[in-house]
Amino acid sequence: MTADMRKSLLLHGGVLLGLLALQYVLPAYHHGNLARVMVLASYAMGYNLLFGYTGLLSLGHALFFAAGLYGTGLAISQFGVSAGVALAVGVLFGTLVGIVIGALALRTEGVAFMIVTLMFAQAGYLTILYFGQYTRGDEGFVIALADRNISGWDLSDPSVRYFAAFIVFSAALLMCLTVVKSRFGKVLIAIRENEERARMLGYNVDRFKLAAIGLSASLAALSGAAYGVLFGYVGASFASVQYSILPLLWVLLGGAGTVLGPLVGTLFMFYLIDLSSGITTAYMLIAGVVLVFLTLFAPQGLMGELRRRAIRWLP
Amino acid sequence: MTKSKAVPVTGTQPTRRDALKTLALGGGAAAAMPLWARYAGAQTSEPIKVGFQVHRTGIGAAYGRWYDRTTSAAAALINEQGGINGRPLKIVAEDDGTDPKRGAEVVEKFATQHNCDIGFGTLFSHVVIGSAPRAGELKLPYFVVSEGHHVASGMLNRYTLQPGITDVKSQVQAMAPFVADNLGKKVTMIFPDFAFGHDHRDYFTAAIEAQGGEVLEHIAIPPTETSFTKYFPKIPRDTEVIYHVMVGPAVLTFVKELGEFFGPQRPEMFGFIDSLEAVDIGSPGLEFLDGTYFWEGNPRYAQEDQSEYDAFFRERVGVDANGASVSDPKDVSTYAHMFGCWETLHVVKAGMESAGYRGPQDRAALIEAVEAMTDMPHSNAHPQGAKIFNGKTHQVFGHQYITKVVDGKLLLVHTTSIEDTFYPDEADYTTQAL
Repeated sequence: MTADMRKSLLLHGGVLLGLLALQYVLPAYHHGNLARVMVLASYAMGYNLLFGYTGLLSLGHALFFAAGLYGTGLAISQFGVSAGVALAVGVLFGTLVGIVIGALALRTEGVAFMIVTLMFAQAGYLTILYFGQYTRGDEGFVIALADRNISGWDLSDPSVRYFAAFIVFSAALLMCLTVVKSRFGKVLIAIRENEERARMLGYNVDRFKLAAIGLSASLAALSGAAYGVLFGYVGASFASVQYSILPLLWVLLGGAGTVLGPLVGTLFMFYLIDLSSGITTAYMLIAGVVLVFLTLFAPQGLMGELRRRAIRWLP
Repeated sequence: MTKSKAVPVTGTQPTRRDALKTLALGGGAAAAMPLWARYAGAQTSEPIKVGFQVHRTGIGAAYGRWYDRTTSAAAALINEQGGINGRPLKIVAEDDGTDPKRGAEVVEKFATQHNCDIGFGTLFSHVVIGSAPRAGELKLPYFVVSEGHHVASGMLNRYTLQPGITDVKSQVQAMAPFVADNLGKKVTMIFPDFAFGHDHRDYFTAAIEAQGGEVLEHIAIPPTETSFTKYFPKIPRDTEVIYHVMVGPAVLTFVKELGEFFGPQRPEMFGFIDSLEAVDIGSPGLEFLDGTYFWEGNPRYAQEDQSEYDAFFRERVGVDANGASVSDPKDVSTYAHMFGCWETLHVVKAGMESAGYRGPQDRAALIEAVEAMTDMPHSNAHPQGAKIFNGKTHQVFGHQYITKVVDGKLLLVHTTSIEDTFYPDEADYTTQAL
């Protein structure tokens, strides 16, 4: 094991330990917030895998998040399966949707890829509205309290929910770390840096890209599925374009191409909105100004800037 | 903050006359006292905190602005009258961005950071449905002002109640007798192709059929649509009534294009004012609506036989006889809905006083006290009209109003009975644990 790898393991292990310890010290409000942030940060980590490491900018990730959310929610509400099975159904469904959409969208590149993914996501959103008989359209539906337990663990209980969110986040973090440190991850970075060179070196770039989309979609779907069972609501707003833009924002803020960036970005954005809304009704203006300053002074995001200035080995 | 000491109970029992005298004297004296002193007799002078989940941004902002004003006016009135159980009412407002995710976060904030006694005031259905599970888990009484059928349908939980505004199912079905008897029995429905529109489609279709009528065509308009002319040829020629309920910024285009399509020869038209809440009926392009009919939860224009309660409500909230702000005649209110905030806060006051509410430990007692309510008489507390609350379904039922556009104003032509709005119970929340 190299020294950088050891440092990386210590840092990420420390972050996980810290998150675990916070379970016991945080006040109720921030305890609930952090559970939600961990779930959404997993979504952002999936996005980062595609955008930050592979260089593919998708504007349609809400579709994968929603596929996990609805796959899980509908499995429970329409077919009466248990939350654990529904969670797996949601992740599988989201991954499948990701691979199919990815196979089609990868026929394009650059701006066209962004537009095609955006259009597919919009089609997904309208599909949810169209099948309102099952999905309750824009209103969405509630996953009953009784259905939100896995092996007797009540997911609506604050401690259980926190642990569940922690497990989801840990799984996403470990997966991202493994991927970016693996040979597969190095090829993704090579594609991001110079796609033609990667192709000339003999790599099947399209296959690698499709695999990246599949992995990214599976994390988005895991996050969506977890959100449904942990917070009890399945709604079409999660499939709207806003939820495709948000992971991009979280990743850019935290630092694209850094494993911890998505967590930092999600946390930063959450509390920026939460705190500024307590100061003024024009809180989006505050948020906007802060984001402009961040873009000016930390263009690589918070963790990206940290890597540039101090911690060169940060994955 | 100063806390008063509890007064020890003496051994002598007061007579009823003594009690009435004391109440009368106390009431008069309380009104004359400065605000801080009025609450000194309560066991604690800590305010009762009402977490107000308000749509200040997002699609619900126009409604949110008026819900905010109405809530502030109701809270001011309640405080002038001595508060709740002798304690002042404090509104803690948080913007939910009309977003269900943020809505759930705001509910958590009320319960765990602001230490609010209740959550209150949510309008848009998706925000209610997204927030209610968290309110139930946190055991925070959640009083919504949404008119969605989600409460009475049994989808939510025992901590979610809608005692200040009727739901869409009761509103829609109460319209059918008037439409069938006065406008025609062959109806074409035009509605947005999402849950709100589907509710209208399903409930009105069943209700008009029960009146011997029929819906000839359902025309669902996709929510992203900005031009409507291409849908109008689908309207069957023998249509006697067009039932329309469009919402969002495209509604003005919808009405204008409908006018251009039909010209002077149009069928009767009946719509829900939701389409035109906060919009001046006299706006250019809306001339086509003259002579058409609307459902209104509460008539926007002060009618000739306006009740003293409605006059009082308008004055306190700051709404003129045309339903606009007294300070800006162009700032049209959401009059058909916003009374719900006023009435809900009065229900909360009555419920807390009935339950002897002291703090969060009495939240369950508050729920039970509201569930025990039935008749709510027409009064300053209920200026929209008398109501009947169903404790099992957590839903209130009340009169509905049908107005006709005459010379750019909405004139009342029909008031339904409360019984017209009843339907069989679909849930019994009282069976759920508190």
